[in-house]
Amino acid sequence: MADYLPHTPEEIDEMLRFLGMDSLEQLFAHIPPAVRLTQDLDLPSGLSEPDVAAVFAQYTSANRAKFSEMTCFAGAGVYDHEVPAVVKMLAGRSEFVTAYTPYQPEVAQGVLQAIFEYQTLISRLSGLPIPNASLYDAATGLVEGLNMAHGATQREKMVISAGVHPHWREVATTFARGTGHEIVVAPLVDGVTDWGSVDASGAAAVVAAYPNYLGVLEDVTAAKQLALANDALFILGADPIAAGVLKTAGQWGADIFVGEGQPFGTPLAFGGPFLGLFACTNEQVRRLPGRIVGETVDSNDRRSFVTTLRAREQDIRREKATSNVCTNQTLMAVTAAIQLGWLGTQGLREVATRCAQGAHFLHDEIVKIDGVERVSTQPFFREFAVRLTSDASSVLLTMANDGVLGGVAAAALTMGEDASIDHGIENVLIVTVTERRTKEEIDRYVEVLRKAVGE
Amino acid sequence: MTSRALSGGRAASAPLVGHETEPTIFEMSVPGRSAYQLRTTGVPARALDELVPSTHLNADVVNIAEVSERDLVGHFTRLSHRQFSVDLGMYPLGSCTMKYNPKFCDAVAADPGLNSVHPGAPAELTQGWLELLVTLEEKLCAVTGMAAATLQPAAGAAGELTGLLLMRAFHSANGDARKRILIPDSAHGTNPASVTLGGYEVTTIPSNDRGLVDLEKLKASLGPDVAGIMLTNPNTLGLFEEEITEIAAAVHDVGGLLYYDGANLNAILGVVRPGDMGFDIVHMNLHKTFATPHGGGGPGAGPVAVSSRLVDFLPGPKATKRDDGSYAWVKPPKSIGRVHGWHGNAMVLARALAYIDVHGGDGLTRVAKYAVLNANWLRHRLRDTLPAAYDRVCMHECVLTATSLKNKYGVRGLDVAKALLEEGFHSPTVYFPLIVEEALMFEPTETESLQTLEALAEAIERIAQRAIDDPDALHRAPQSTPVSRVDEARAARHLIPTEDAADR
Repeated sequence: MADYLPHTPEEIDEMLRFLGMDSLEQLFAHIPPAVRLTQDLDLPSGLSEPDVAAVFAQYTSANRAKFSEMTCFAGAGVYDHEVPAVVKMLAGRSEFVTAYTPYQPEVAQGVLQAIFEYQTLISRLSGLPIPNASLYDAATGLVEGLNMAHGATQREKMVISAGVHPHWREVATTFARGTGHEIVVAPLVDGVTDWGSVDASGAAAVVAAYPNYLGVLEDVTAAKQLALANDALFILGADPIAAGVLKTAGQWGADIFVGEGQPFGTPLAFGGPFLGLFACTNEQVRRLPGRIVGETVDSNDRRSFVTTLRAREQDIRREKATSNVCTNQTLMAVTAAIQLGWLGTQGLREVATRCAQGAHFLHDEIVKIDGVERVSTQPFFREFAVRLTSDASSVLLTMANDGVLGGVAAAALTMGEDASIDHGIENVLIVTVTERRTKEEIDRYVEVLRKAVGE
Repeated sequence: MTSRALSGGRAASAPLVGHETEPTIFEMSVPGRSAYQLRTTGVPARALDELVPSTHLNADVVNIAEVSERDLVGHFTRLSHRQFSVDLGMYPLGSCTMKYNPKFCDAVAADPGLNSVHPGAPAELTQGWLELLVTLEEKLCAVTGMAAATLQPAAGAAGELTGLLLMRAFHSANGDARKRILIPDSAHGTNPASVTLGGYEVTTIPSNDRGLVDLEKLKASLGPDVAGIMLTNPNTLGLFEEEITEIAAAVHDVGGLLYYDGANLNAILGVVRPGDMGFDIVHMNLHKTFATPHGGGGPGAGPVAVSSRLVDFLPGPKATKRDDGSYAWVKPPKSIGRVHGWHGNAMVLARALAYIDVHGGDGLTRVAKYAVLNANWLRHRLRDTLPAAYDRVCMHECVLTATSLKNKYGVRGLDVAKALLEEGFHSPTVYFPLIVEEALMFEPTETESLQTLEALAEAIERIAQRAIDDPDALHRAPQSTPVSRVDEARAARHLIPTEDAADR
């Protein structure tokens, strides 16, 4: 019998006597017998922690794609960055981990101030003045951006570049079934959005990605102009590491920035929990989704922080809500603030630069291999797409046998043909290099890929 | 002097050094200072403007704080000392199920064999994760009495909206355009919000004088345009909807579906299953019932389980076991599509599975029974100080009211909640549900001991005595906390969301 319950049999009896009862069953006597469970739950009996650890060891050993077995060159929105011991330990402090939403600010200044610092950093990286306290992930962040654009324009049409991550687009399409938004996808040509091929009239939003999911650095001025010409909001989904050196969303003229905050101190974690980054212009503040922390003073005139503009939040607005966020990802936001504090101004630039250096070094080597060609001739930043002569997923499995996780197959993201790749998406591989990859590992990647494609 | 119960759940001994506020990390920053260390890679260090066209480069430097590692550790450690948490003391926040979060479950999730796995890796290389997800799905279905589940929704509200999109897909597939969702007036605020984003209209059903759904008024609101009803059972008053079978029959009779808001699932584990009550769609808050830590407001996880007729509509791709014993990602035939960027909050899912495995079916049933025992003990213990809004057997939480303190001494529920902070307890949920005046909603959870419950009761009695002796002091409470009551109006009127806000 394993659990974390403090009650002794004597205490249970004492508590029941206090209630004038003689069995726990009496507490449930008012539940209609027709719906009561008449047998035990169909679950095994409880196990001790060491026994459960043994069960989990089977799961972990069946996961071949872990660091101890494979060097990671996979990205596509989720990146293997350095997370130092100091960040893990600080973010793992149980005061942060086991707190609830900071509804009582008098005893929640720790989380509230950490969020305030996070908001400041996101505002600086996005170049936009109004950040929020985080969203679930980038994909649901995009949905919130679309809802904001609908609120601002009262229009339904959302024009989205096919360079936006396929999963983000799919999530937007799912939620559009409820809101009635019309999703129009602008295809890529040579890795760059062909905005001219779609009708953006009457659009609420124009959405671009920077860099896009194939790694290409698009000049998103065209997207901004399209938005301006149609009185739509411009939403830019940007890589937050690249934002350390590239033009910010604000500098590109975005009304809304969304991004995936996983690179700021959160492990690959099989995809979650991650961190939806969000910021917008002053004009949109009353439509901001989720929570926002503001600075104020306490009754003794000391600086304090508190969640504010609560009247916007969905659980308060009830049926007038324009957002689906209640619980968010505070722990990941706190982690991001700590990780960025560790990196500092210079460290963030260094990480961004090393990612670009590593990716270009690997790129220049593997395009020399027969049967490996670029998908796009355009500039890229930290990852790039190549076309192989056979199925990319199969090549990945072959490479895995040599201890290399060679990237992410584009078709695994799109689940089939997609407007981002004009033909043969099943052969397209997205390859990523972070600051953690050494020249030796990159050289080995080239060797393993060469072998896998049979050169 | 009242006796002071000695317990592990009272935080009044927490040492806080000094009364100064903590500077922001930006205020501590010294240009040129740094903490980061990166791997030596040997990759040629080409200049960025050789790699990227200069039109893309930011001419300005984005300023992040510049601190040493020692500064960083000091700052965030001090911030952590300004934060209440379950580990520090009892957190009887009604509707939030702030139970103890077993450390073992965190350790399991932190294993690199789980957390260093890339979500985009081929399924052949992540079989352990897929098996874990399939196993969790089966166990959640066993607990709820449903046929299948999606693990993608990242939180409760995301689960609600996913459930409503499932409802919409189900009705649409039957060529059945329906418009309305019924919701009791005691519902969580997230329910009506999700209804709106799901493209439906809300019809509110009043509660009767027993705090339960008024069945006759419910029946009067039903019609062929009703897509379904969203119910929390036990409801937000902590009361079991005793006419659930009649409610289910009435809604099903008009072709509607029943949605179960799993916020209060902790009360019924192993006692009643939503599936057996007639529910078609169930969301669970793993960060409540299954003890995954709340993280100061997330991450959560809000899996949604469904009855057999809705299985084909579930979000996908789903981890699925194949006949040969291997696992694959499979998209259900009529899937509504993804509701998360990847596979859901996987680490939270792993923690929840560890929690379920440690408890087993027998342990989970004890969880519910002791949670209900604790709530009833507290309700009865406080009957003369803060009477229950509906004074009869409750489930895992009780809604008490401070109306008499307000009428006699001008002390409101909020004052009681704030004074409790000085006593070393987190506040209960205040002013919810909306239908109870001066509501104080206590959810002790099963992991608090009798001694802690007694200590809480004595603290509330001291506060009630203070209401008589010096009500004005209660309006100023708390004073011993890191900050006293904050000026929320000023924060809203004069928004300062960042260090750089224009007129900070």
